[in-house]
Amino acid sequence: MEVTTKGMPYEAWKDNEYIEKLVKELQDSGVNVVVGSFDKLINWGRSNSIWPLTFATSCCGIEFVSLGAARYDMARFGWEVARASPRQADFMMVAGTIVHRMVPVFRRLYDQLAEPKYVIACGSCAISGGPFKKSYHVAMGIEDIVPVDVFIPGCPPRPEAMIYGIMQLSRKIKVEKFFGGVNRQEKQEEFLKAHPVAGVND
Amino acid sequence: MQDLSVGTAWLHSFLTGYIPEWAAVTLECLLIGVGLMLLYAVLALFYILFERKVCAYFQCRLGPNRVGPWGLLQSIADMFKILIKELISLNHVDKFLFALAPYLVIIASMLAFAVLPWGNGLQIIDFNVGIFFLLAVSSIGVLGILLAGWSSNNKFTLIGALRSGAQMVSYELSMGLCVVTMVIMAGTMSVGGIVEAQSHLWFIFSGHIPAIIAFVIFMIAGTAETNRGPFDLPEAESELTAGYHTEYSGIHFGFFYLAEYLNLFIVSGVAALLFFGGWMPLHIPGWDGFNAVMDFIPSPIWFIGKAIALSFIIIWFKWTFPRLRIDQLLTLEWKYLLPINLFNLVLMVMIVTFGLYL
Amino acid sequence: MSNIREKISTVLPEAVIEDGEIMQVTVPDAKWHDFAKTLRDDRELSFDFLVTIVGMDWKENGMGCIYYFASTRHNSRISVKVMAGGDRERPLIHSIHDLWAIATVFEREVYDFFGIIFINNPDMRRLFLNIDWKGFPLRKDYDENPDINPVSIENERQTDFTDVWTETPDGKVEKHERRIFQPDDFVVNIGPQHPATHGVLRFRTAVDGEIIKKIDIYLGYIHRGVEKICEKDTYPQTLHFMDRLDYFSAHPYHHCLCMLIEEAAGIEISRRAQVIRVLMDELSRIASHCLFIGTYCMDLGATTMLFYTLRVREQILDIMERTCGARMTFNYDCIGGVMQDLHPDFVKDVHALLDVLPANIKEYNKIFTGNVIARNRMENVGVLTRKDAISWAVTGPNGRGSGWACDVRKCNPYSIYSELEFDEVVREECDSMARFKVRMDEMVQSARIIAQLIDNIPEGDYCVKVPKVLKLPVGHWFKTVEGCRGTFGIYLESDGGTMPYRLKIAPPCLPAAAVVDHITEGQKIADLITIGGSLDYIVPDIDR
Repeated sequence: MEVTTKGMPYEAWKDNEYIEKLVKELQDSGVNVVVGSFDKLINWGRSNSIWPLTFATSCCGIEFVSLGAARYDMARFGWEVARASPRQADFMMVAGTIVHRMVPVFRRLYDQLAEPKYVIACGSCAISGGPFKKSYHVAMGIEDIVPVDVFIPGCPPRPEAMIYGIMQLSRKIKVEKFFGGVNRQEKQEEFLKAHPVAGVND
Repeated sequence: MQDLSVGTAWLHSFLTGYIPEWAAVTLECLLIGVGLMLLYAVLALFYILFERKVCAYFQCRLGPNRVGPWGLLQSIADMFKILIKELISLNHVDKFLFALAPYLVIIASMLAFAVLPWGNGLQIIDFNVGIFFLLAVSSIGVLGILLAGWSSNNKFTLIGALRSGAQMVSYELSMGLCVVTMVIMAGTMSVGGIVEAQSHLWFIFSGHIPAIIAFVIFMIAGTAETNRGPFDLPEAESELTAGYHTEYSGIHFGFFYLAEYLNLFIVSGVAALLFFGGWMPLHIPGWDGFNAVMDFIPSPIWFIGKAIALSFIIIWFKWTFPRLRIDQLLTLEWKYLLPINLFNLVLMVMIVTFGLYL
Repeated sequence: MSNIREKISTVLPEAVIEDGEIMQVTVPDAKWHDFAKTLRDDRELSFDFLVTIVGMDWKENGMGCIYYFASTRHNSRISVKVMAGGDRERPLIHSIHDLWAIATVFEREVYDFFGIIFINNPDMRRLFLNIDWKGFPLRKDYDENPDINPVSIENERQTDFTDVWTETPDGKVEKHERRIFQPDDFVVNIGPQHPATHGVLRFRTAVDGEIIKKIDIYLGYIHRGVEKICEKDTYPQTLHFMDRLDYFSAHPYHHCLCMLIEEAAGIEISRRAQVIRVLMDELSRIASHCLFIGTYCMDLGATTMLFYTLRVREQILDIMERTCGARMTFNYDCIGGVMQDLHPDFVKDVHALLDVLPANIKEYNKIFTGNVIARNRMENVGVLTRKDAISWAVTGPNGRGSGWACDVRKCNPYSIYSELEFDEVVREECDSMARFKVRMDEMVQSARIIAQLIDNIPEGDYCVKVPKVLKLPVGHWFKTVEGCRGTFGIYLESDGGTMPYRLKIAPPCLPAAAVVDHITEGQKIADLITIGGSLDYIVPDIDR
C-alpha cells in the first residue's frame, strides 16, 4: 500500500521505510473488510482535517505565522482552523524553545488536547535544545515530556519544511486503526504511564 | 410560478389513500424531520466551506483546495474527524448542564428552520404568528450559550457567556423592532402572508426610506445576534481563547460550530423574508414580460440564493472590521440603534397610514 | 562632562570618579539612595532615565551593581557602581524603586540572577525563575548540575505573597510578607498559552467585571539563560544569540554587539560594511513594523490586515534571504564587517520594494487607521504620559508615541546615522493610536534612509581581517543602538580572555511589558489586548 497525498508521488517522500513499517504492522494484524473500509473513511477524514493549536514560544512561531499567510497558505490543506483552545485542536506544533518553567504548562496543554492528538517538534530547540544546549534553564528536547510524532529540523525551519512535516503527520494518520488494535495510541499509553503527572488521570 | 404545495398535497392524498390519516401525518412529520436534518447538515457544511473560501479570497489566499475537487470535500473531512473526536469529560463541572448546552443551541436554530419560507408551498408550518415564533425560538440559543459558559467552571467561559448574554439580549430588541416595522408594512405576522404581501414589489423597494433603515439595522443586529465579527466578543479569540465553548471538545464543540453558521443562514433568511420577499421572485410593476421570466426560476433557488447573498455581506463584515469593545457594543445598541429604530417605527406607521409606500 | 564631575564631587566627596566614554562613579551603598535622588532631581544633572541595572559578581572582590543613567534634558550619560553590603550569603543594596519606577523590575532581575537583596523594594520575588529554583545562576560559583534543578512536569508552586526587606533604624534588615492579591479578588489567568500575549507571557489579572484592577506579570516562560551561555562562548560565538532575542530586530542587535566588540578590540571597519549594516537595520525595521501592524490588527479582530502586511514582509525576507541566506536568524553582521557580500540583485530588489511601499502604507491607512471602530478602540486607550514613559524607561516607538524623543540614532548617533537625513517621529497623544501611528511613520522614515543609501553603496571590503582568536583587553564597555522596539544596550566586561567575563543585555521589551500593569489599571479586559499589542513586546527579548 503506497501512502501518499494528492499531487505528491510516492518516491518523492524521504522516509518511506518508516511508513512501510507501520503499514506492515497494520496489515499483519488483519481486519474485516467492512471494518477496514470504515477505518479508511475515518482516516481519510482525520488525515485531511488536522487543526493546529495556536501555540508558539519563539522564532519558529513567526515562521508558523508565515505558513498561514498568503505566500505559503496552509489553508490549502485545511490546516488553517487554528484553535486557541486545546480541547478542539488535533495537533500541537511545538514551535520554539521549551524551558523549565514552561514544561508543566506545556505538559498540561498536551493533556488537555482531545484524542486523537499529535505532537510535532518543530525546530532544533524543541528537538534537542538547539543553540541553547549549554543553558541551565532549557529542556533539552521535548521527547521526555510528551510523545512526539514528527520532528522538523531547522532553526527555524522554513515554511516549506513545516508543510512537509505536517504532510508527513497526515501520512502517519492514514495508517492508523480506529477499530480494534490501534498501533499508535498504545505506545502513547505506555509513554504516559512512564511519565505520570500527579492529579491527572489520562 | 410553480406552486410546490401541489406536490406536497398530492403526497398527502396519496398516503391517506393507503393508511389512516394519523399515520400519514406521523409519516410526513418523520419525513420532514429527516429532510430537515439532512438540509441542516448540508447547509452547515456548505457554509463552513463558503466562509473559508470567501475569507481566503479576501486575504489573497486560495483557501482549501486539496481535499476533493477544488477543496469541496474539506468540510466533510472535518465532519468525520469531529464526529469521532474524543469527548473530554471534565471534573468539577455541572455535567448535566454542560452536556445540555450544545443541544439547546442547536435545537434553537433547528426550530427556526420550521418557519422559514423555503419555497412556494414548501414551508413546513405556516401559522398566524410565524415571525413571532421565529423570534421566540431563536432566543433559546442565548440560554444554551449562558449555560455553556456557566457550567464549564472556567473563568474565560464565564466572561464569554456574560458578554454574550448582555449582547444577545440587547440586540434582540433591535431585531424585534425591525421585524415589527416590517410587520406593520405587511399587515400580518404570518410568514406566508409577509411573502404574499411582496408579490408586486419587494419591501426594500416599496417601503423605501424606513425599510432601508430597518434593513441596515437588521443586518447589524443580526450580525451581533449570531456572534460574528465585528461583534464576536463572546468568543473573541485574542481575548478569551475561545470564549464560552473553550472547554468543549469533539461533537459538542461541533454543535456550537455548526450552530454559528446556521444562525448566520437563519438571520440572512429572515432578512431575505422581510426585505427581499422570501421566495418571491423579483417583480417590477408594469414589466410583465420581465416578471414572467423571473417566475421561471424555481422559488427555493430564489430563497436560498438571497440568503447566501446576504450571508456574504455578513462574512464581508467579519473579515474587514476590527472587533468592538463590550461597552462600545452596548453603546451602539442602546444609544444609537434603539432610538433610530423607534423613530423608524413611527415613520413606518405614518407611511402605512398615509399610503405613501410604492 | 567636567561640570558634572565638579557637581558630583561637591555633592558626594567620597565618590570615586572614573572617566571614560561614559563616566563611572563609585558610590558606597549607605549614601546611594540620597545620591540617586540628587542625580535625578538636580537640574544640572537630571538623570531621569534609568537605562539598565547590571548585576555583577566579581568573585572575591564582592558583588555589586552598575547603574546606567541618561539625562533626557542634557542628553548625557553616566554610570554608577554600587558595591553590595552584607556577605555573599545575603548581599544588600538599597533600592531606588521610589525614584525610577522601572527599578522595581530591574532590581528583581538582579535579585533573580545574583541574589542581591534590595532593601525597601516592595516586590522582592524572582523574576524569571520559579520560586523553588535553587541557586542564583549568574553568580560565578553557580552549580549547573541538572540534578539540582531538574526538569519537572509537576506544576510549579504558586503564592499570592511577596517578600519585602526593610531596614530598622538600628540598621537591622528584616523580611516581611506582603499580599499581592486580596483574598476576594477575582483573578483571571491570562497566559502563558494565550493567543494575545505574543508568546509565552503570563498576566495574573484581578478583574472587577470587565474592569481590570491589577495585573501581576509573570515572566520566564522562555528564559533561556543567554547571558550565562555567553560567558562560556568566545566572542564570535556570542553573536548568534542576538538573532534569537528579538528575532525581528536581529540585524540591529547584531550590529550593537559587533560595534561593541570592534570598539573594545580597536577594529576599524570599512565604510561599505557600515552602509550594508545600516541598510539591513532599516530593512528589518520595516519588516518588523509590518508584522507589528499585522498582528496588532489581528489582536483587535481585523484578521485580514495581517495578510496584507505580511506581503511586504515576505518581500523584505526575500531580499534578506538572497544576501544572508536565511529567512529569520541571519547571523549576518560579524566582527569586522558582514559575513558575505551583497547579492548582485540587492539594489534592484530594494528599489522594487521602495516602489511598492508607499502604496501599501496608503492601503493600510485606508483599511484600518481611518476605521471608526479601530479609532474607538485605540484612541485614549492606554495613555502613558511622557513623565511615566521616562520613569518606566519605555523607549522606542512606545516612548516616542508618548512625546519622548528617545531615538538613539538621533541622541547618541552610531555608525553612519549622523550623516543621514531622517526625521525622528514623535507624537504627543500618548495613547495606543499614537504608538501605532509612530510605527507607521517610521516605516516611511526608514524607507527614506534606504533611498539615500541604496544608490551610493561604496566599493571596498565587506569585512576586514580580524585575528582568528579574538582577545579583548581588560575593561568594560556599554553600547546602545536603536532596535526595532527601542533602546537596546549591551554591557560587556572582559577579563582579558577570549570569552566575556560578563555580557549583560538590556532589552527594550522588558520595560514595555513591566509598564502594562501601570497603564491598564481601570481599563477593560479588551483594552489589555489593545495596550499589550500596541506596546509590541517580544517575549524572548524580555526573558533572554
